[in-house]
Amino acid sequence: MGETADQFFVILQHWLVGHAPASFRPLLSALFSVVAILVVFAFLFAITTVLERKGLGRIQNRYGPNRVGPFGVLQPIADGIKSLTKEDIVPQAADKAVHFLAPVVLVLAAFSLYAVLPIGRNMVLANLDSGVLYFFAVSSVMELTIFMAGWSSRNKYSLLGAMRAIAQMISYEVPLILASVTVIMAAGSVSTVAIVESQAGYSGILPHWFVFTPWGFTGFILFMIAATAESNRSPFDLPEGESEIIAGYYTEYSGFKFALFFLGEYLGMFAISGLGITLFLGGWAAPLSFLTWIPSYLWFFTKLLAMTVMFIWIRGTLPRLRMDQLMNFAWRFMLPMALLNLVTAGVWRFLPHGVVRWFVCGLLVVVPYVFLSRGLMQGWKLEKRVYRFAE
Amino acid sequence: MTSLSSCLLLSALLFAIGLAGALMRRNAILVLIGIELMLNAANLNFIAFWRYGPNPEALTGMMFVIFSIGVAAAEAAVGLALIISLYRHIKTTNIDEVNSMRG
Amino acid sequence: MLFMIFAILTVAGAVAALSLRNLVHSVLALTLAFAGLAAVYLQLGAQFIGLAQILVYVGAVAILIVFAVLLTRDTRATSQSIISSSRIGSWPVVLAVFGILAWAIRHSARSQWAIPPQPETSIQQIGNAMMLRFALPLEIIGLLLTVALIGAVTIAMREQEETR
Repeated sequence: MGETADQFFVILQHWLVGHAPASFRPLLSALFSVVAILVVFAFLFAITTVLERKGLGRIQNRYGPNRVGPFGVLQPIADGIKSLTKEDIVPQAADKAVHFLAPVVLVLAAFSLYAVLPIGRNMVLANLDSGVLYFFAVSSVMELTIFMAGWSSRNKYSLLGAMRAIAQMISYEVPLILASVTVIMAAGSVSTVAIVESQAGYSGILPHWFVFTPWGFTGFILFMIAATAESNRSPFDLPEGESEIIAGYYTEYSGFKFALFFLGEYLGMFAISGLGITLFLGGWAAPLSFLTWIPSYLWFFTKLLAMTVMFIWIRGTLPRLRMDQLMNFAWRFMLPMALLNLVTAGVWRFLPHGVVRWFVCGLLVVVPYVFLSRGLMQGWKLEKRVYRFAE
Repeated sequence: MTSLSSCLLLSALLFAIGLAGALMRRNAILVLIGIELMLNAANLNFIAFWRYGPNPEALTGMMFVIFSIGVAAAEAAVGLALIISLYRHIKTTNIDEVNSMRG
Repeated sequence: MLFMIFAILTVAGAVAALSLRNLVHSVLALTLAFAGLAAVYLQLGAQFIGLAQILVYVGAVAILIVFAVLLTRDTRATSQSIISSSRIGSWPVVLAVFGILAWAIRHSARSQWAIPPQPETSIQQIGNAMMLRFALPLEIIGLLLTVALIGAVTIAMREQEETR
């Protein structure tokens, strides 16, 4: 019974595809998976817009949208109708072809990211041998579309926002990829399915997820910070900050194209959270060994929801980073931490199991963190901290 | 026309286009774009011979292309840095005007 | 058939990259050519190379070229032709190069050999090769990239002692 619930969608797919002649079956099963991904993640996007607005509202001591439907849950429908019926204004001096293509390619790339994420047991669209590499390749296409959007608007603010966004995304790609490389090193494979399977198994009731090791924990935090920067979300949302640069690279977009940018950005956020879950949090595995009767896809979406809530929480809490602070943080703190994390993961693998392993790797992670963070704040002076209070 | 010769023909065509661009355009950045196209055409050549050659398990073609991509990226970075530095002095990227050492 | 589509896309992108007047458009057409080439690599079964092509060329080199284009904008009106006048004599060279290559491809006996079956390469094999047989080139290319990037940053940095 638990097995059937777990494999419900796989069985459904096989049953539906079995009606067709044999030569069409691979195409039809792929089509089924693609439609499922489109529907599920677009629905998740709709839920997240209302969750974010209400969550941010509550953090800021106000109600969020609460007029459309009970507690405002039908707000996405209203948003959708608004964005579809608004006039599509294209500036006269804008580069028409590139202006039109930018949101389209962004959404295309954002949807293609889900092809390698294992959403449940046996539920991955493309079991590529180099799944993580595919993910990073497609997310680097998204950077180019942001440039296209910013440049084609022929607007100084848009171009500035696009340049900042590209600089930020390229800088934070390096710690992101390095944090993933530690996981690839530990799991021994670049395929996402193999990485999830190497985190299966429980010792007692605790799982073998990579986040429960010193290098995995550090890697997870680095990955999440870099993921926040890659998705241009607060506190790294200088390129699109409303109080700074109007709307950055999508200033000149209105109506449906703006909605497409929104969609692309949120989809990117979900995809990179999904990759974080796959790499560090065990993918579709249950957290405690007596909870494995709950279907695997429910666990994946629970973890995805938890990470989305974390993103919203951080957005509502932390102030925005300035551009030079952002770049300093990436190159002078995160990159050395990621490299040392790589060394720690290697040391972890070759030391025998036991307390020594935890102690050595814990030290290897905590000591550089203390020194590097002191270095960032005080310019490598290593003095006692001095506080400035407003008088 | 077999698959190997169609791949090689595509590679030769890309090389010729890259060569034409590198020889004929005025802007220094377009010359660099032509050079990148030529490098890509050579990479395609390597991959075609790796796939259709006698010993694909040795992965030699693939390895060469990995290193070639790395070298091409480094060369693009240095070339563009030179172009930017030249622009600061001469305020133009027109290669016909970089002729102070002629004669 | 699929190969023909990707080939046409790549050639169209390459021709557009080198004949468009607007530099940023030509860089975007170059990106299309790179993407078409990556599709050809994926079709030939070189999965790692195709994805690395997208990651490195589309994700890094194209953005680098775009930054350089934006930093070296020629603000004078370009009414001159895009082709350098002294370079008309290079057409015969290009046509000769392409002609010789095409003739050699057509008439070589090598192309008539049997097509071997699709090799089963995995990333594991590439990793093994990199660490065992090609370890020295790997280290050298790491050194090369470091030196090249330090050099590029040094050249393109604003010199502090420039005359004002």
